[in-house]
Amino acid sequence: MPQELHDRQKVQELMDRGAQVVEVLPLEEFEEDHLPGAIHLPLRKIETEARRRLDPSKPTVVYCWDSA
Amino acid sequence: MDGKLDWLAAGLPTEGTNAARPRAGDVARKDVPTCRANEPIGEVRQRVRAAGWDACVVVNDERVVLGLLRGAELDTEQDEPVERAMRPGPSTFRPHVPIEEMAQFMVAHDLPTSPITSSDGRLIGVLRREDAVRVAHEQHEHDETSEEAKR
Repeated sequence: MPQELHDRQKVQELMDRGAQVVEVLPLEEFEEDHLPGAIHLPLRKIETEARRRLDPSKPTVVYCWDSA
Repeated sequence: MDGKLDWLAAGLPTEGTNAARPRAGDVARKDVPTCRANEPIGEVRQRVRAAGWDACVVVNDERVVLGLLRGAELDTEQDEPVERAMRPGPSTFRPHVPIEEMAQFMVAHDLPTSPITSSDGRLIGVLRREDAVRVAHEQHEHDETSEEAKR
């Protein structure tokens, strides 16, 4: 079930347990800075590419710039 | 997590072209003296000067920044509590701010020191203007050398 995460510690724990981390921001922003090991999957392509690029057996953390 | 901004503001590691560029949190001195708001100024001054500093950050038990004591404030009446002399609520900066930006801001606003805090206000360190300007200059030279090598 999808859930909102607002706790960095929780994200780090998920990453340590092998979660996939996905950044949905434009490529330029991703190339400048992204979370360690993050996959770039821009928002406009998420529906068409998520199934092909993500492992459905692993937890997935999706993030953008802020929570606004 | 409240997005990438929150991650960067916490000073956590990242990957990418900016990851190797110096930022405020990398250059900030982590050994800056701290004190509590209720300590007598005289004791704090002694400790701060003995450590070779001319500034002290006033924090609470969670290391959240409450104020700043710079040279002039440290020289006030020694029995007064810190909270009477400190500059309350100083401007703080997040650790992910590029050092070039910090150097320009500190020079433009004549800030000798700036506390660097995480997004929840906890002290990471203090950035000294001379450190910011020096590292920004080194980075600028490094960038120019890299550009020339590409031509």
